[in-house]
Order: sequence, then C-alpha cells, then structure tokens
Amino acid sequence: MLSVRQQPFKTAVLVLVWGWLLFLVLAPNLLVVGASMMTRDPVSFLSLPLNLDAYRQLFDPLYLEVFLHSLFMAAMTTLVCLLIGYPFAWALSRVGKQRQLLLIFLLIVPFWTNSLVRTYALKLILATNGLLNNGLMSLGLIDEPLQLLYTEGAVIVGLVYLLLPFMILPLYSVFDDLKQEVLLASHDLGAGRLSTFIHVIVPLTLPGVLAGVMLVLLPAMGLFFVPDILGGSRHLLVGNVIKNQFLDARNWPFGAAASIVLTVAMAFLMFAHRLSKRRLGEEGP
Amino acid sequence: MTHRWLPRTYLTLVYILLYVPIVVLVVFSFNESRTGYAWEGLSLRWYEALFNNRAMVAAMWNSIWLALSAATVSTVIGALTALALHRYRFRGKKLLNGMLFVVMMSPEIVLAISLLALFLLVGLQLGYVSLLLAHVTFCLPFVVITVMARLSGFDDSLPEAARDLGASDFTMTRTVLIPVIMPALLAGWLLGFTLSLDDVVVSTFVSGPSYEILPLRIYSMVRVGLKPEVNALGTLLLVFSLVMLMLSQWILIRSKR
Repeated sequence: MLSVRQQPFKTAVLVLVWGWLLFLVLAPNLLVVGASMMTRDPVSFLSLPLNLDAYRQLFDPLYLEVFLHSLFMAAMTTLVCLLIGYPFAWALSRVGKQRQLLLIFLLIVPFWTNSLVRTYALKLILATNGLLNNGLMSLGLIDEPLQLLYTEGAVIVGLVYLLLPFMILPLYSVFDDLKQEVLLASHDLGAGRLSTFIHVIVPLTLPGVLAGVMLVLLPAMGLFFVPDILGGSRHLLVGNVIKNQFLDARNWPFGAAASIVLTVAMAFLMFAHRLSKRRLGEEGP
Repeated sequence: MTHRWLPRTYLTLVYILLYVPIVVLVVFSFNESRTGYAWEGLSLRWYEALFNNRAMVAAMWNSIWLALSAATVSTVIGALTALALHRYRFRGKKLLNGMLFVVMMSPEIVLAISLLALFLLVGLQLGYVSLLLAHVTFCLPFVVITVMARLSGFDDSLPEAARDLGASDFTMTRTVLIPVIMPALLAGWLLGFTLSLDDVVVSTFVSGPSYEILPLRIYSMVRVGLKPEVNALGTLLLVFSLVMLMLSQWILIRSKR
C-alpha cells in the first residue's frame, strides 16, 4: 500500500466521496432515527427525554385509519400495475430487438417529464366537466357527469400512471432473460400452457415481480402531491401525514417515526427480493 | 406464433393510455378557452400569460440554474465515486455501495425529511444551497451507475500501462480514463439535469422562501383548480425533457459503436 503522500489524488477522491455520503446520507438517516425517539418541542422541534411515544402515536386510531387507507390505495396501485405490467412486459420481450429499444424509449419518455404536470393533465381528463365526462355524455352513455375527481379511484389512477414503468422495467428484464428453450422443454415434458405458466414462468419471473412491487408500493405511499391534486382531503397517503407533521404541525418525532416505518417496510421488501433471487440461483440449472 | 395480433394490440393500447394525458395537455395549451375544458380555437395566449408572469419566469430561471449546478456537481462527484469504486481498494467499500443503494431505493420523502432535519440541525438557511446539496445527493447514484457501466466494459490494461510508464494517478485519470467515460459523463449530467428539474418531493421540504423553484410554483398553482398557463408550461417542459432525453440516448448509443 502506498501512503497518503504518494497518492494524493486517491486520498482526495476518497475524502470527498466519503465526506459527502457520510454527511448527507448516513448522518441525516441516523438523525431521523434519533428524532423519532425524542420528545416534541415547539421551539427547537426536538427535546429529551428519549421515549417511544411517537411510535405509540402511530397506533392512535385516527392515524391508524389513515395509514391503513394509504396502504390499501398503495396495494391497489401495485396490483393494478402488476396486472397491466406483467402481460405488457411479456409482450414487450417478444417483439423484435430493434423495435424493443424504441418501445422502451417510448415507455421512458413520459417518465422523464414533470410528474406534477402529468398529474395535472389527469385532472383535465377526470374533472366533472372534463374530457372523459364530456365524451361519455356525448356518446349518451351517461346522463349527468360522474364524480371522478377527488375520489379514491382518482388517486389510484394517478399513482398507477406515475409508477407503471417502475413495475414494467424490472419485469421486462426477467422476461428478457427467460429462455425460449425452457418453455419448449416444459412443453416437451408434457406440461400444458397453464401448468407451464404456474410451474415455470411464475417462479422464474418472481424476482422481477418483487422488484416491481418494491419500486411501486413504497413510492405509492409517499407521493403526497397526487392526493393533493386528485384526491381532495379525504384520501391521504402516509406521505401527506409525514409532510403535515414535519412542515405544518411541527411534530418531528411523529413524522420521523412514520418515515422509519416506510424505511423498515423497504428493508423487508428488499430482503424478500434477495431471498427470491438466491432461491432461484440454488434451484436453477 | 398464431396470436401475434393480441400482444401487439395490448401493447398499443397501453401506450395510448400512457400518452393520452400528455397529448391532451399539449393540445389544450393552445386552447383559447379560459376554463380549459372545451375547445374554443387556437391561441397562444397562455404562453403569453406565462411569460408575462414575473414570479413564474423568476422561478423558471431559478430552476434552470439549480438544475445546471446540481447536474454538474453530481457528475463530478459521481464520476470520482465510480472511479474510486472501480479502481481503488479501500475499507468500507460495501458501506459506500450500500449508502448509494439506499439513496436510490428509499422513498423520496424519507430522503427529504432526513435532509431537512440535517439542515435545520446545522443551522443552514433553506434556499439555494440546501436545494443544491439535496439535489446532488439524489442524483449521485444515477451518475455513479452510468459511469460504472461504462468503466466495467473497459479494458484495465490501458490505465495500468499509463501508470507503468510513469504517469501519476491524476495524470492517468485525466488523460486515459476521463476520455473513456466522457459519454457516460454527458449522459449522467443530462440525467441529473432532468431529475433535478422535475423533483417535487425533496424540494418541497428543503426549499425556502428566498429561492422559489418551478415545481413548487406549479404545485401551489394546480392545487387550486385548473390553470391554463400550466398547460403551456407543461408543454414547454415536455419538449425540453424530450430533447434532453434524446440527446443522452443519442450520446450513449453513438459511443457504443
């Protein structure tokens, strides 16, 4: 090993990189863990003594209801994304390579454009006198406008619209790796279509499903601007609660505890994802 | 394949659903109507209104300046991180990788409150600097991944040869590695620029009244009813992101040849 003097460049690079990550990633996260265990203070935000009151507050019926409702909307979002995304990724992996690149590009384009603006665009369509209601009325399918905006459904539609590619891309990558020979082998061994699907395709694509779930489920609880724009005040996400507690109510311990619950959920999903990949590795050919 | 048309129809259908809101937005940005629901004729009035809105134009410049600086800083630090991970052996490499992974995977709101807590603790006034630090942090892993991908496809004997011929580590990096990773740097920079320009969640927490940026301005506008100016602004942002994205893809594809 060369000493610091002999490798000034390496030392400088490592100091910069470590400094940045320790100060702006590790320290803030530890800070949140600390904050979640402190006591609310109107002046300095936080004060001693240490306690677990904030975590207890999470189980307050009022908040528990919000959390469960948020979890339900996030779960529905994930399910819809999976139902749309699974066959989509499958179909996508079966088109010609050249066209695949173009299609993936087309999938990414909307998702590099401002997510607020895209959520707002949904409002144009779903509003009481918006395009969808006008269209349905002029077709004579409905007599008076439906209440589409400010509903649970509108929030879920918004979340699906924003998060769908995060489900499709990991699914696409597992379908792309799925060898045609494996399917043929299954067929040759006498498995029917349904049996091949259940015993071959589903297990092989499971890591992709879990990766997609991970990338959709948690953000679906955090994107507070979607209910703000499409959901009105009754359909809140955990993200809205965290934002209110931090920025308006100034109850940091509670906001921090809620955010830690999200982090723990993420760690759990990541663990499940790893496990499914490892199992495939052991059982695979 | 017998049922070729079925997957194709399905793909087309999903693409249509994805693009309908965007098309509606663009078309309505040229709509004369004030309410923004019915078509009342072609007009550029909302673009005019947009540029006559001083606060909006100021926020636009703030956002562009922030995105430029965040993209540049994150590209420099991200490239150095990728080089360090690729070339050096050092203690705690796993922790470093782990931290980058956590930044990329954790929900934005978790990152947002952790940074807010940090800034308030150290007494940093919320504004341009806090926004810059936050944006660089969430752009970083994307730059690192882009550069790492480029470096992993590169033959290591060239830098070794340069070192053997007596070049210092710094000189070797400058003359051998930087040219190799140039396309990845450009792509990473463009990625960082778009990510920064689009961010809502993190910015909501770490910005202050002294430095208003575009997404927050839009946010406060769209929460209350419909604002036709937002259609015009959205269309401009769309075109802008599209150009950026195509540029970065073009750079990456061209560099592979």
